Amino acid sequence: MTIGFKKIPLYVVAVLLLVFTGFPFLYMISTSLKTQGQFFEKPFALFSSFNLENFQTVFEMGLSRYFINSILVSTVAVFAVMIIAALASYPLSRMKFKLNKLLFLLFISGMMLPIHATLIPIFKLSQSMGVLDTIWALLGPYIAFSLPISIFILTQFMQEIPKSLEEAAKIDGCNHFQIFWRVILPMLTPALMTVLIYNFIHLWNEFIFALVLISSPENMTLPLGLQDFKGEFSVNIPGLMAALTLASLPILVVYLFSQEKVVKGLAGGAVKE
Amino acid sequence: METTEVKVTNTRSIVNVASRTKQNKFKSALTIGLFVAPALIVYSIYVIYPILTTLMYSFYDWDGMGAGVFIGLQNYIDLFKDAIFWKALTNNTWVVLTSVFVQIPLGLIMALMLFAPIKGIRFFSSIYFFPFLMSTVAIGMLWVLMFDPINGMINQFINLFGFENVAWLSQTNTALFAVLLVIVWQFAPFYMILFKAAIVGIPEDLYEAAEIDGANPLTKFFRITLPLLMPTIVSSSILAIVGSLKAFDIFYIMTGGGPNHGTELLGTYMFKQAFINFNMGYASAIAFVMFIVALFVTIIIQVMDYYRKKRGAYV
Repeated sequence: MTIGFKKIPLYVVAVLLLVFTGFPFLYMISTSLKTQGQFFEKPFALFSSFNLENFQTVFEMGLSRYFINSILVSTVAVFAVMIIAALASYPLSRMKFKLNKLLFLLFISGMMLPIHATLIPIFKLSQSMGVLDTIWALLGPYIAFSLPISIFILTQFMQEIPKSLEEAAKIDGCNHFQIFWRVILPMLTPALMTVLIYNFIHLWNEFIFALVLISSPENMTLPLGLQDFKGEFSVNIPGLMAALTLASLPILVVYLFSQEKVVKGLAGGAVKE
Repeated sequence: METTEVKVTNTRSIVNVASRTKQNKFKSALTIGLFVAPALIVYSIYVIYPILTTLMYSFYDWDGMGAGVFIGLQNYIDLFKDAIFWKALTNNTWVVLTSVFVQIPLGLIMALMLFAPIKGIRFFSSIYFFPFLMSTVAIGMLWVLMFDPINGMINQFINLFGFENVAWLSQTNTALFAVLLVIVWQFAPFYMILFKAAIVGIPEDLYEAAEIDGANPLTKFFRITLPLLMPTIVSSSILAIVGSLKAFDIFYIMTGGGPNHGTELLGTYMFKQAFINFNMGYASAIAFVMFIVALFVTIIIQVMDYYRKKRGAYV
């Protein structure tokens, strides 16, 4: 009995944290299921109605377009980053050469960099390349700013792969490209998964480059499109909540199905096994 | 007969060694170059070149079109006299302080809760992580609605305790507090994960030994858990400080830097100067100051880290 009694404060703290972290979500989802009238009548009643109309409305109002743009640009950028970062990480982690340390430092220091220090030149650059206000303007900056963390994660992982495997392949007459392709890359899968999840979630949510480089509604990514919705839905709060719920849904679903991987992926290089 | 042949090839190879190493060196340099080239090219175009160009632009009076007028250090002189710049720098400092002294401790408490001997902790931990999964834009918009003066959750909640409605985001003295609360909400789960991983790594027998010596939970925490988490606390603080200097999204969405620059950050101020007022030169000066501050902080942290490791304060 005394043990159970002692645990009460623990339960109180756990539930308080649960309310703090979880309540805004409940509120968002519950509001998205109300009609406007129901919302103004009882704004705080949780799950008082179950009305999917709002979701249909926001989808028809262009949210689907933002979804397609976001999926397109994040997918292309993430796969490009995986290949480019894996290639660069191979010599950086497994070969000795003069500039190795300097190059590594150059890439890694990108993690500390404020994006603002590159905004105006990238804006001008996209303008002169003629891609300004298309989703392709986002590709370059997305790939470049995903490289530091990706190279960091991959080099950390590659250093752990035993040298003997590589040497065996060398004796069999493989050159470096063959070693990379046949020996290193297949062993890299877990690290590449981390890179994929980390970058996908970050690019899915990326805002500032989209804000600067894209202005037409039909080219907006999801975060930017949501921001644009705010004007149109200033009175229709349940509609806005439906848009927010939909935008958060893909990542929540992925999380619910593969929690461990997502958590590890999101912590990126910060959590070492 | 056979032996002489071998000798001959040997001498030949010795003669060839010099040219061959040269050839090998070139070949391996080429290999390394080919592996690194794609990353280096993209990185140079979109990171290195823009930073240098930002520095150059910062010496010009330029509206973004045509050629600007070279004005030397005038942008920086104006900047250091600009009250809004100092206000923004102060607000950035508030974000740093909140991150280090509120977010990280809260993340630690959340992580410790994950090891508490209570039922349903798996469920709790899944929910605790939710805020970090949501897009910053969605978070900002959700909380703007929650802070709404009339229909907002928060005011309804404080009404229960007999407080009057507060216009959270349109008063200078409450707006910063409100946004900082949201930042804590969003990022505490991230630090929870970092601490969780570190706590898992603490050997169980340390606690068993302490128990034999009769240590209570509080002693165990202060004598075992906390000291062993020190490296994680340090690296979390680095992430928090660097992240706070870059803060932009949530402030832009929730307040746009207002009211009356009350929540202005270097990031929001730079954005406004560049893409609303088209003072590209002045904005570049702000951006370059942001870069220098981040660089400076990084170097200080690295140096401190170097000396701490040298002293052997932690592994």
